[in-house]
Amino acid sequence: MRYACLVYYDPRQLFGGSPESKAALDECASFDDKLKQTGHLVSGEALELPDGAMTVRVRDGKMSAVDGPFMETKEMLGGFVLIEARDLNEAVRVAGTHPIARIGAIEVRPVVDFSTPRPEL
Amino acid sequence: MTEADPRLALEAAYLAEKRRVLATLIRLLGGFDAAEEALHEAFAAAADRWPRDGVPDNPYAWLVSAGRFKTIDRVRRQARLERVLPELGRQLPSEEPLTEPGAALDDELRLIFICCHPALPPDARVALTLREVGGLTTEEIARAFLARPPTIAQKIVRAKAKILSERLPYELPARAELPERLESVLRVIYLIFNEGYAATGGPSLLRLDLCAAALRLGRLAVELLQDPEAQGLLALMLIHESRRAARLDAAGDLVLLEDQDRALWDRRRVDEAQALIERGFAGRRVGPYLLQAAIAAVHAEAPSLSQTDWSRIVALYDVLSRLDPSPVVALNRAVALGERDGAEVGLAALEAVARAGQLDGYHLAHAARAELLRRLGRTEAARLSYERALALTAQPAEQRFLSRRLEQLSDRAR
Repeated sequence: MRYACLVYYDPRQLFGGSPESKAALDECASFDDKLKQTGHLVSGEALELPDGAMTVRVRDGKMSAVDGPFMETKEMLGGFVLIEARDLNEAVRVAGTHPIARIGAIEVRPVVDFSTPRPEL
Repeated sequence: MTEADPRLALEAAYLAEKRRVLATLIRLLGGFDAAEEALHEAFAAAADRWPRDGVPDNPYAWLVSAGRFKTIDRVRRQARLERVLPELGRQLPSEEPLTEPGAALDDELRLIFICCHPALPPDARVALTLREVGGLTTEEIARAFLARPPTIAQKIVRAKAKILSERLPYELPARAELPERLESVLRVIYLIFNEGYAATGGPSLLRLDLCAAALRLGRLAVELLQDPEAQGLLALMLIHESRRAARLDAAGDLVLLEDQDRALWDRRRVDEAQALIERGFAGRRVGPYLLQAAIAAVHAEAPSLSQTDWSRIVALYDVLSRLDPSPVVALNRAVALGERDGAEVGLAALEAVARAGQLDGYHLAHAARAELLRRLGRTEAARLSYERALALTAQPAEQRFLSRRLEQLSDRAR
């Protein structure tokens, strides 16, 4: 199965210059290679801070595009890694090896299998 | 190197060797997480190498050694060998054979015993055993237990953390604690089976998986543990399983043992169970699972309810209630007495059990009492007991069965 590992961190903490943060950032460079070697990696990207982002909505056929989101919450989405894993526990174990897990948090989300029924809410 | 199709050989090895390779890697690398990563890498390496180099003669030994080498290699590259895995660091220089004869078997036993360790919460033991020994995925376990996958995943993560933090040893239990540890293993397997077997509501097809998983684990336990109670447990599960087709009617309602079409019972499973029971009784120690299996086997051999050897059943319950006394065993003994000596005697025995008060909340005790009262023609008292039983069960099929019994009482009263 495929799982998206969504990487969240507080930018002030991650880029605040502590030795732990620096070490984690250094490791990030080779993390993709490591996952590639173990065969878990599908794809992954780190994202620019959201002050370089736009948010797009279409309502009644009209598009609006605004700046942001701005950094309102402490932790923000900073990247993602799409992995292949046997099950949720293996995905969690792999996510636990991500360097940013030591500074921020990794949300592990199963990728939707479109052959299963839609959720009823 | 042998001349087999590497792709098929790899698939076969994955099914046949995964558990054993994992079990050994946990010992060599000192933990579940490192072992699972190494296992994953070993199979990735096999997918790369076997098509080029051929399939190794001993896939288990190849995979263990590849997994260990990959881990050492990776840790070395990270240049923090001593800090991260001091255990592994100490093992590096030694050239001890990784897979001497019997080692794989011992490792599999270690794996079962650690997953069923009494220090872990019972539901965590079940989840861990199903995943690590039974080979089910987190998602499959969640579906079988009608739980959300993150709930199951968390139980497994916490159980593994507890194994680490409490330093639960990855060892074969010492002789003194062996009975308790064995008991825990068998209970986990039986719990898994009952969860699958008792489930008649909900997506029942999915829950057959649990019975199948429990039977697989039961067979593994018989093979590995060489214990009469393991044989008894497998026999007991096989006899329950043999009645599956007769146990529910077309509408999905429960059919009592007495009303089941015995031609639907799966003779193959009963015969397998009988052989296990004989092997078990040939051993020195007779325990509760073996006795329960022997009781179930008496039913399985009877051509009809009236032709059941009730004397033998009562005698087996006598031994069982001495060995493993419980209100439920006493209740079942009373029911058997009622069949052997008449409803009056059965009711007296049942009332004696009921006076202890522990069965007040157990719907089957009230249902059994109602049944005996009905046979004695005490319709009003029977009605009250059926109603009590009905109020105590949440199981839809059992509710329908008890309601039907109540209707039959009314028909008769009219």
